[in-house]
Amino acid sequence: MSTDTAVSPVVSAESVAPVVEMTGITIRFPGVLALDHVDFALYAGEVHALIGENGAGKSTLIKALTGVYPIDAGTITVGGSGRVFDGTAAAQSAGISTVYQEINLCANLSVGENVMLGHEPRRGGGIDWKATHREAATHLESLGQRIDTRSTLASHSIAIQQLVAIARAMVLDAKVLILDEPTSSLDRDEVERLFRVVRELRSHGVAILFVSHFLDQIYEISDRVTVLRNGALVGEYLIEDLPRAQLVTKMIGRELDELTALSSVSSRAIDRQKAPVLRATGVGRRGQLEPADVSVYEGEVLGIAGLLGSGRTELVRLLYGADRADSGHIELDGAAVRLRSPRQAIEHRIAFSSENRRAEGIIADLTVAENIVLGVQAKRGALRRLRRTEQDALVAEYIEALGVRPANPHMLAGNLSGGNQQKVLLGRWLAMAPELIILDEPTRGIDVGAKADIQRKVAELSENGLSVIFISSELEEVLRIAQRVVVMRDRRTIGELASQYLGIDDLIDYIANKGEGSAA
Amino acid sequence: MKKLARHRLFWPIVALLTLIVVNTIVRPSFISITVKDGQLYGVLIDILRTSAPLMLVALGMTIVIATRGIDLSVGAIMAVSGAVALTIIDASGDPESIATVFVAVIAALCVSLVLGAWNGFLVSVVGIQPIIATLVLMLAGRGVALLITDGFITTVNSAPYSFIATGYLLFLPVAFLIWVAATAVVSLIERRTALGVLTEAVGINPEASRLAGVRARGIIFGAYVTSGLLAGIAGVLYSSNIRAADANASGQFIELYAILAVVLGGTSLMGGKFTIAGTVVGVLIIQTLDKTILFLGVPPAQSPVFFAIVVIVVVIMQSPRLHRWIRGAASSRSRRDSDTTITKEVASR
Repeated sequence: MSTDTAVSPVVSAESVAPVVEMTGITIRFPGVLALDHVDFALYAGEVHALIGENGAGKSTLIKALTGVYPIDAGTITVGGSGRVFDGTAAAQSAGISTVYQEINLCANLSVGENVMLGHEPRRGGGIDWKATHREAATHLESLGQRIDTRSTLASHSIAIQQLVAIARAMVLDAKVLILDEPTSSLDRDEVERLFRVVRELRSHGVAILFVSHFLDQIYEISDRVTVLRNGALVGEYLIEDLPRAQLVTKMIGRELDELTALSSVSSRAIDRQKAPVLRATGVGRRGQLEPADVSVYEGEVLGIAGLLGSGRTELVRLLYGADRADSGHIELDGAAVRLRSPRQAIEHRIAFSSENRRAEGIIADLTVAENIVLGVQAKRGALRRLRRTEQDALVAEYIEALGVRPANPHMLAGNLSGGNQQKVLLGRWLAMAPELIILDEPTRGIDVGAKADIQRKVAELSENGLSVIFISSELEEVLRIAQRVVVMRDRRTIGELASQYLGIDDLIDYIANKGEGSAA
Repeated sequence: MKKLARHRLFWPIVALLTLIVVNTIVRPSFISITVKDGQLYGVLIDILRTSAPLMLVALGMTIVIATRGIDLSVGAIMAVSGAVALTIIDASGDPESIATVFVAVIAALCVSLVLGAWNGFLVSVVGIQPIIATLVLMLAGRGVALLITDGFITTVNSAPYSFIATGYLLFLPVAFLIWVAATAVVSLIERRTALGVLTEAVGINPEASRLAGVRARGIIFGAYVTSGLLAGIAGVLYSSNIRAADANASGQFIELYAILAVVLGGTSLMGGKFTIAGTVVGVLIIQTLDKTILFLGVPPAQSPVFFAIVVIVVVIMQSPRLHRWIRGAASSRSRRDSDTTITKEVASR
């Protein structure tokens, strides 16, 4: 297979055979058709984006290619010959390397060891460590990275760790590099640096499969896109032939005015004459959050904006009693309360959905139904079990109302896509009929369709009198559905804005610059 | 058939039946059951009777393991429970009185309950790792038992007390009826109330459960109390069987056999999903194997090796990886038959 031909991507690549060709790929999971006769072709020297909503089948397709999942039907051709891998190791030795969002390297080994693992130069029966680190450094430098190869991998940021993983792929002489959501925890500069490396690799004829939820990045880096929806192929397009609106329409299979229809929400008038549903005064915790004041009124959506690590999560955890505040007090409907545990908050009809869906939200080995009723059941106590019919009614109601897919209450929650897990969690909290619901990054890492569903639900609930505290890294989203925004920076609140006439640039400027130098 | 083979109890039951079949082929009298004086006799009945202590302990262990814990102190609790019961009977003037025996048993169970609560306190309130927390009592418990019996092996002759382990009721051994009743009660409590599913939630994801408002602390505490109480009943049965409180021999290594039974039954040591029916089958496998060793006349010197080999075979039979491998081999044969299309059986999940 010649790798020296294609420099100008796509066009010249068309004339040669694809590096990877998958045809008619079908994968069935118990009760779900995860992939339905999907075709996919990847050429040398191109960046090919694979996109679709959560649960569309992107990860499944990648796992079919790398042999993590066996396929039920279809053929996979790599480098011209039919292949079926029985695991990532086999795929790797055939030149397919994968870089995941969660790094699959050995965090406790040094950078150099990780890059060269299994390919260390040897000298007289042992490993030549000097040469190992020298070679590792050369590979990293070719990616524009000068890092101490003797430092442990864990001491570096995720961004650097990803570049180390890419360097490792080069050591393995990868013909195909799969980047699965590589940018979701990177900042702007880090993304830029990653993309420089990706372009460099592309010019050397590496075929790159890129998976991301960020449309900007897809348009910035890709040559071609394949769109999946509900496990089926929608189509393959050259990126310049596909305007954004069309791409989104293809992904979600419906028109996009739903998101814009929500724009009226942020201007809805809120009655602030009555006592707020929750008023926190000077709530703080040493080392985590400086004393902060927050209040939410009936039917109001209060946004909290700020960068990652600005104290957003710390603040709401104190309001919920997930952590104990060491200063300040909280009033609910005008009456002072002490919230020292999640149970106490739940007694006062406060609900909290954590930003960490997998570790603090979903119970993966329980079914969708068990996950939804968990909160209600816990509140009633173990001995007052919900009757079967009540459970079924509750579960059916929330699966329907929130559009959980697949709508199978007996499926293990861990087998759902991220967006659907989020809906299940939302169902768990709403089933408890809260007066105030705190949503910490409810739409992170989920697709446009599920995002729209969740935003719409939040807007609808708040119109019916539910109070909401809404945290999101996506400022547009916060401005769209919140009536008021509390801005946080460096573990303290720095201001409060009405979102009605607030532009996104103003908000960014406020987060970045407000009160700089003069402590609030 | 395929669906049957995927049931989580399929392989444990196959293992149990295989043991019974092998024994029956060697000597058909293995499965014969006779009625004499209104009592059932036979090897199988004997297995059901002698299963009782391990069954009770394994039952508690299942619940503790479901919460991601482990209880190493069950054998020591058995020793203490037996010591308390026999010391009370011994000290009373009338060991044949049913009232005395009743008081002795209740006292033994109360002490076991307290010991279970101590474990639960260390794990759920103080936050000590379960293996360490219960190790304390595992090591200290037998000392407590010796203290109670003044360092002697207390022996008593009490017909009502002996009845507990060796008596018969409605054709069946009392010990068997006790473990059936205990299993039924625990199953009903776990599955008829929401306790079972909340226990699983805590075992699978403790932090998510706490944030969802589950009383994780209470559930974990309760699991150790249950385990302590059941171990206490097991201790009464054991001492009733030998009519003695032997602080060192009572329940020796039973914690390890109980863990083995739970795992053989298909409950993961990682916590979460648990199956009481599986544990029952697991205990029966161990007890049948025990009898098999006697029945086949395996010399005592070789019996641990024999035991180990059978256990390893049973564990391997249950390994999902082996199943996948076998299915993979079977389907690669069919792949060769159909030439171009690549088909592969979906892995079990």
